[in-house]
Amino acid sequence: MDGLFLREQIAEETAMSRRAFLQGAGLLLGFALTGASTESVFATTASQVVENEVTGTFAPNGFIRINPTGAVTLVIPMIEMGQGVYTSLSMLLAEELEVKLDQIQVQHAPPNHALYVNSIIGIQNTGGSASVRAFWTPLRQAGAVGRNLLIAAAAKRWNVDPATCRAKNGVVFDALDSKHLSYGELAEAAAKLPVPPAANVKLKDPKDFTLIGTRAKRVDSPIKVDGRALYGIDTRLPGMKVAAVAISPVLGGKAKTVDEKAALTVKGVRQVVNIDEAVAVVADHAGAAKKGLEAAAITWNDGANGKVSSADIVKQLEEESKKAGVVARNGGDAGRALAEAAQRVDAIYQVPFLAHAAMEPMNCTVHLQKDRCDVWIGTQAPTITQSLVAELTGLPKDAIKIHNHLIGGGFGRRLEADGTVLAVKIAEHVDGPVKVIWSREEDIQHDMYRPYYLDRLSAGLDAAGKPVAWTHRIAGSSVMARYYPPYFKDGLDPDAVEAAAEPPYALPNIHVDFVRVEPPGVRTSWWRGVGPTHNVFVVESFMDELAHAAKQDPVAYRKGLLRHNPRALAVLSLAAEKAGWGSPLPARHGRGISVQFAYGSYASQVAEVEVAADGSVKVKRVVCAIDCGMYVNPDTIEAQVQGGTLFGLTAALHGAITFKDGRVEQSNFDSYLPMRIDEVPVVETHLIKNAEAPGGVGETPTAIVSAAVTNAIFAATGKRLRSLPIDTNSLKSSS
Amino acid sequence: MAFTLKINGSAHEVDVDGDIPLLWVLRDVLGMTGTKFGCGQALCGACTVHVDGKPVRSCQTSVDSVGDSAVTTIEAIGQAPQGAALQKAWLELEVVQCGYCQSGQIMSAAALLKDTPKPTDDDIDAAMSGNVCRCGTYQRIRAAIKHAAGV
Repeated sequence: MDGLFLREQIAEETAMSRRAFLQGAGLLLGFALTGASTESVFATTASQVVENEVTGTFAPNGFIRINPTGAVTLVIPMIEMGQGVYTSLSMLLAEELEVKLDQIQVQHAPPNHALYVNSIIGIQNTGGSASVRAFWTPLRQAGAVGRNLLIAAAAKRWNVDPATCRAKNGVVFDALDSKHLSYGELAEAAAKLPVPPAANVKLKDPKDFTLIGTRAKRVDSPIKVDGRALYGIDTRLPGMKVAAVAISPVLGGKAKTVDEKAALTVKGVRQVVNIDEAVAVVADHAGAAKKGLEAAAITWNDGANGKVSSADIVKQLEEESKKAGVVARNGGDAGRALAEAAQRVDAIYQVPFLAHAAMEPMNCTVHLQKDRCDVWIGTQAPTITQSLVAELTGLPKDAIKIHNHLIGGGFGRRLEADGTVLAVKIAEHVDGPVKVIWSREEDIQHDMYRPYYLDRLSAGLDAAGKPVAWTHRIAGSSVMARYYPPYFKDGLDPDAVEAAAEPPYALPNIHVDFVRVEPPGVRTSWWRGVGPTHNVFVVESFMDELAHAAKQDPVAYRKGLLRHNPRALAVLSLAAEKAGWGSPLPARHGRGISVQFAYGSYASQVAEVEVAADGSVKVKRVVCAIDCGMYVNPDTIEAQVQGGTLFGLTAALHGAITFKDGRVEQSNFDSYLPMRIDEVPVVETHLIKNAEAPGGVGETPTAIVSAAVTNAIFAATGKRLRSLPIDTNSLKSSS
Repeated sequence: MAFTLKINGSAHEVDVDGDIPLLWVLRDVLGMTGTKFGCGQALCGACTVHVDGKPVRSCQTSVDSVGDSAVTTIEAIGQAPQGAALQKAWLELEVVQCGYCQSGQIMSAAALLKDTPKPTDDDIDAAMSGNVCRCGTYQRIRAAIKHAAGV
């Protein structure tokens, strides 16, 4: 596990902050003097993703490149994995730069902490629903700096006051619209002007936005409907070989026997690489590599984790969670209030390990040479990847070239660089570039899983049914402690308790603590929705239990506890209203509600379910109200609500990774089930418009949906589900 | 051994074992990377191509089983009227997210519309339930198929 620790030297690198860069310090001149590029790639006008390093005559900051042909390339600091970030971040830049979206090309940003750090996460990572939140202001500033310089260049040429000129669609006009110059014509002159400090540049008033807030077309759609889009797995290089890999089925195990001879007899197989923890068969194409891997008939020594089982992991959690944890929140006197309450409710909740199962299986292409290492990968964490490869190879960081790609589904899996580390270890034995592709089975069985959590909750209600005491203990793995030790302070993992330590409700006496329990033989990591995916399920289910104990309607009960929280109250009311809360339903149908504040956004969902006599659950409709403050693209938000809801719902209905004899028991889409088109409900989105600070969206619906569904199942059947995935056997009709 | 494959109207000669899946011949030998690898077991549909107009999972189609049949991939489906209509609908309704499964989705949908120009919801369920999308674009896929079909 050591190799996966974050060893980024953040402290050193922040000395050259992004802001300093925008203000013209340091590297700016290096960029501005890169010189004109006449590469043909600039000549195309359609939106596309540029894979290679792009330089331009006019490069006022790390985000904008304009060359004399007028081609505008925007360097997007976060990576596109479906969430629409290439479109939303381009919109932020284009709005202020005054270019049309279809005038621009986007480029994957290279690893560069100083330029492209996500200020919310503290690293150049795409995750935490933080992209728009972090870049809302910096990208608008970057665009405005560019626009100001281009206008200044035109004004200088016309010998007029820049204040009298304006820019639109990549053209600068004078006061009378009688003269105009395109950005391309101005690029070289603009590059010679002093860059104004970003903070001094006036940004547009949101009421003047013409692009932000509109349903602009995604910039990456055209290349994704005809096979042109390039993902990491599509990397092709001269002389490249393809490797199929088998990783020890038990964490820490080693290859015992490998029939290398049999593998080498397969046509197209070139080499067998045995690095103990894994065996790779290197061939001319993946078909031969896979065939060779089968022929190698590998056997394994399991090592210390050969007896790991889910049953033991749960037992350990049950025991450890009886002990007091590190306090995440303590308000009032929950112990005393609980003792004095008129009624007491206790519950234990559990959620399983989950795999990411992104459609693009894990893969990484590496060309390791004496003085450099090139890596072709789709990664959410380019700087971490670069650092780990540098450490592994002993090469300096700037000799590690990370060629980032569109990601065929990230969901947190590509925040980890384990696949790259493995590929580099294999590449150390291969002459020339090698693409390492995991099978779907390897992908699911060697994932880094959303932790299994076990939660103990108790609440005390007063005579009127109001919660006067609330205690919540969370036990499970700490991803943060491994991934980002500086954020793991005094034993507290802020992610593991997010949305549990600060529920949106008025709870005068509240005590929340965290018990770190690391399961042996299991790697855990970030999963779409991070901490709140588990906590919102628990908190919102338990809140439903309290409403029931108080004999009150779940919506009315929550409203009574949200009087101090108008935004939460507003989404709750909107979701309930749009879902027709309270209107009659047939037998074994039910509605359930949940409310959430996480990732800077408020959301509420109502799920409507039908539970058949055999216990099978059909989710018929999901209504989502969301308040994410000022937003960039409502169509993208709707898409994220639809897709994010299904991601959470898939896990609630089907998702569980289990261990036996140290091995993951699931392997492919027949045992780790995805939702399919014949199973999905209609998802409706109701977006609240306001002027609040932007909130995150990508993970919001994933975290909130499970509780809405299990609460609906309770309404339909009277059966309270305190663990996921949903056990349909427990829902059979007794009649 | 050598095979001559008819792909998107052109003949391509490849020299591989006969049991190698068509998927890897397309992707690695011929460099047509639009067809995607998802599961290797015909469970997800990402690798869907047409063989004589019928949708097949290329990860489970051995190259020696293709014979003289015409193979069509995502790179050329836009030349067929159903493919063009679907690609247009996909863009108009903004179906894609990560996009990785969409080659297979469009290939399955194109085969559906060829046989069933005006599909019902049940027709769509039957034709499309072999195609997995982890981003959850199903709602828009359904709408886009209907949009392309004019139903």
